[in-house]
Amino acid sequence: MTKKSKLILAAASMLLILTFFFPIWKINLEAPQYPEGIGLNIWLNQITGYNPHDLQTLNGLNHYIGMKEITPDSIHELKVMPFIIAFMILFGLFAAYKGNRNLVKVWIIFFIILGIVGIIDFYIWEYNYGHQLNPHAPIKVPGMSYQPPLIGKKQLLNITAISIPYISTFLIFVSILMASFSLYIDSKMKKKKLES
Amino acid sequence: MKALSTKRILLAFAGLITGSLLYFGCQETKQIASSSDAANKVYVAPGTYDEFYAFFSGGFSGQLSVYGIPSGRLFKTITVFSENPETGYGYSEETKNMLNTSYGYVPWDDAHHPELSMTNGVPDGRWIFINANNTTRVARIDLKEFETAEIIEIPNSGGNHGSPFVTENNEYVIASTRFSVPIPQADVSIKSYKENFKGTLSFIKVDKETGKMSMAFQILVPGYNYDLAHAGKGPSHDWAFFTSYNTEQANSLLEINASQNDKDFVAAVNWKVAEEAIAKGKGKTLSTTFVRNYMDAKTQTAVTEKYNSVKILDPKEVPGLIYYLPTPKSPHGVDVDPSGEYIVAGGKLSTVLPVHSFEKMLKAIENKEFETTIDGIPVLKYDKVIAGEVKDPGLGPLHTEFDGNGYAYTTAFISSEIVKWKLGTWEVVDRIPTYYSPGHLSIPGGDSKKPWGKYLIALNKITKDRYLPTGPELTQSAQLIDISGEKMKLLLDFPTVGEPHYGQAIAAELVQPNSQKIYKLEDNHNPFAVKSEKETKVVRKGNEVHVYLTTIRSHFTPDNIEGIKLGDKVYFHVTNLEQDWDIPHGFTVKGMNNAELLIMPGQTRTIVWEPKFVGVYPFYCTDFCSALHQEMSGYIRVSPKGSNVQISYGTGK
Repeated sequence: MTKKSKLILAAASMLLILTFFFPIWKINLEAPQYPEGIGLNIWLNQITGYNPHDLQTLNGLNHYIGMKEITPDSIHELKVMPFIIAFMILFGLFAAYKGNRNLVKVWIIFFIILGIVGIIDFYIWEYNYGHQLNPHAPIKVPGMSYQPPLIGKKQLLNITAISIPYISTFLIFVSILMASFSLYIDSKMKKKKLES
Repeated sequence: MKALSTKRILLAFAGLITGSLLYFGCQETKQIASSSDAANKVYVAPGTYDEFYAFFSGGFSGQLSVYGIPSGRLFKTITVFSENPETGYGYSEETKNMLNTSYGYVPWDDAHHPELSMTNGVPDGRWIFINANNTTRVARIDLKEFETAEIIEIPNSGGNHGSPFVTENNEYVIASTRFSVPIPQADVSIKSYKENFKGTLSFIKVDKETGKMSMAFQILVPGYNYDLAHAGKGPSHDWAFFTSYNTEQANSLLEINASQNDKDFVAAVNWKVAEEAIAKGKGKTLSTTFVRNYMDAKTQTAVTEKYNSVKILDPKEVPGLIYYLPTPKSPHGVDVDPSGEYIVAGGKLSTVLPVHSFEKMLKAIENKEFETTIDGIPVLKYDKVIAGEVKDPGLGPLHTEFDGNGYAYTTAFISSEIVKWKLGTWEVVDRIPTYYSPGHLSIPGGDSKKPWGKYLIALNKITKDRYLPTGPELTQSAQLIDISGEKMKLLLDFPTVGEPHYGQAIAAELVQPNSQKIYKLEDNHNPFAVKSEKETKVVRKGNEVHVYLTTIRSHFTPDNIEGIKLGDKVYFHVTNLEQDWDIPHGFTVKGMNNAELLIMPGQTRTIVWEPKFVGVYPFYCTDFCSALHQEMSGYIRVSPKGSNVQISYGTGK
């Protein structure tokens, strides 16, 4: 691999460090009684509210419809994800160091699979969260489930839920693009060399 | 001839009637035309905010109410020197110490003058102080919480009317005694007034960071009635001014006997000189008793501290400390203009409004232009200190505030009007009637260095026919007047809680961003707080039972309690687990003899219940908290004395 493409690959890996500092997903909730805004930020390793006590408030409100409490400590994904990203950073850097095109391909494919698995996993979590309702809940609306949307907008009783990928997801996306670009540049440069 | 003249007379009458109908009819239309204009100016569209917060005292209600200006909407009544069974203030174990005094528990008072804390002579929106006339106290209200944070008692004062006015950086809250009394108190003949009765001027120190108040020192002054006060500003920063009346020293039928002298005094005190004297040890330590109550921020519980002495200065021993400025006829308000140069004293019974010059006062002191000396206090010559007199200021001029554009506005109680006059030329430029009998008036920042000279609020004592009547007891009222133009314009009448004795207003932007939403549960160090439902419990200690309850939408934990016996004293320690904005919960039990509780998110409040009969009693939430508020309830069982029903409790079991 050329020096330039190695550098791009290394930068793509290093870019992932930023994902530790920004949420990957955001669920915004709009309700008449919450003009000040309420919602959740999902990070690699935690779930937080927009405001310090949003998670507690949401758990409190959700008990009326029988939803389980969201307790970030019991969500395994939040424990695993930081390690996966750390591994990907090291793997990427290693591939750049070695300058091995195949390693880079493996890195990209592995990352894409991880992304897909992650999204499916998130969907399942949302499904269970919205469907596994306490049968003794005070508010039971026949046929109603409360699964938040994966991406987009959904009306859940008095709440409009808007779910969107957030900064860290875009960072991962850009990182994969950069890695692909490094392969592209590399092959282009090699072609140029061959031609000359 | 005779018939003709009768006809003429009839015609003349008809003419008069038509004329007056036309005249009054026109007046009516005029008022309507200006009303729609006024309506626009006070209209605050739904969902938008007022430009100013206004704080009006409630006079005899002992409270402080919060309004929006220009709409005149009432937002909150802050209980200060009164109990509030609605929230439990004064009843709950956490708040009842706030109303302690050296006379014991005094659950009421007469609160007159709110005064905003200042930085560099301008309201800063941190605290607001208010006085209690009767059982001489000063309270500090925190403007993050809009709750009473501290109350200090003033010793050696017969009535705390002339208070609590602040110096430019809250160095001191100043206060004067309305009634002179024997100091120290003694069993003497009332007729020995002239010989035995004295007044005091008090200086309360305010901690820059925490706002904590402490009695710094007092000045012993002749036994007159001291009425109001104001601190100097700018060049007069080091000075404080106090009005006095009854320099006749009458002890009976004051309305006549205290109205005889042509001139009473404005006392000018140099508090820097007082500070130096105290530092040099010139203050005598006088033993006395007074208390300070404060809301401990950690435990959210009021604590009472007792004090046994105060430093007192005698003007005879501290030259340069205090001077008297002769001022006509029982002066009431004393107001210092934004520049700090002019001192306006409203002589209740005076036909002119005298304005003293601070610069002339200093010169008169330097040249020793003294008329006489009373108890070590030099009396300056009137013509050496007077800057000018406002002629025809209305009858019974009381209080003056300023717009920052060179004009002053004075209330005239008897002629029921507000008079606008120009500083420097002393000419009256406009006047507007009020309905009726204004005492104080309030311009946002109107007693500070930089008034927001847009509105003026007349605070009226009497309303008579202004509102729909409500039996003999009528509402009192405020009147909003536009002072942005040359002519004053009446915009709005609005009723107030209690007597709006005095009020102060401040730009909303200085207060609104700091308004607290909740109390953080993790910062709640009340010894009876429980932070989760798991920690709730019921504990018996002899005949005391402590119930550690939690509230969260929409249940109590525990909500079934058994094992209480007749003769028990039940302490309900209720913690509101909510951490959500605007979700207080209430608590009460059937037959509760004292009050209900209103518990803010993250707060703990305790109320004591002594059941009187055997049976099962419902308890429930009194603040409509949620869709299932009606379900937010529980039962507590009371068994006979000596019963062997054991303590048991739970929720959802």
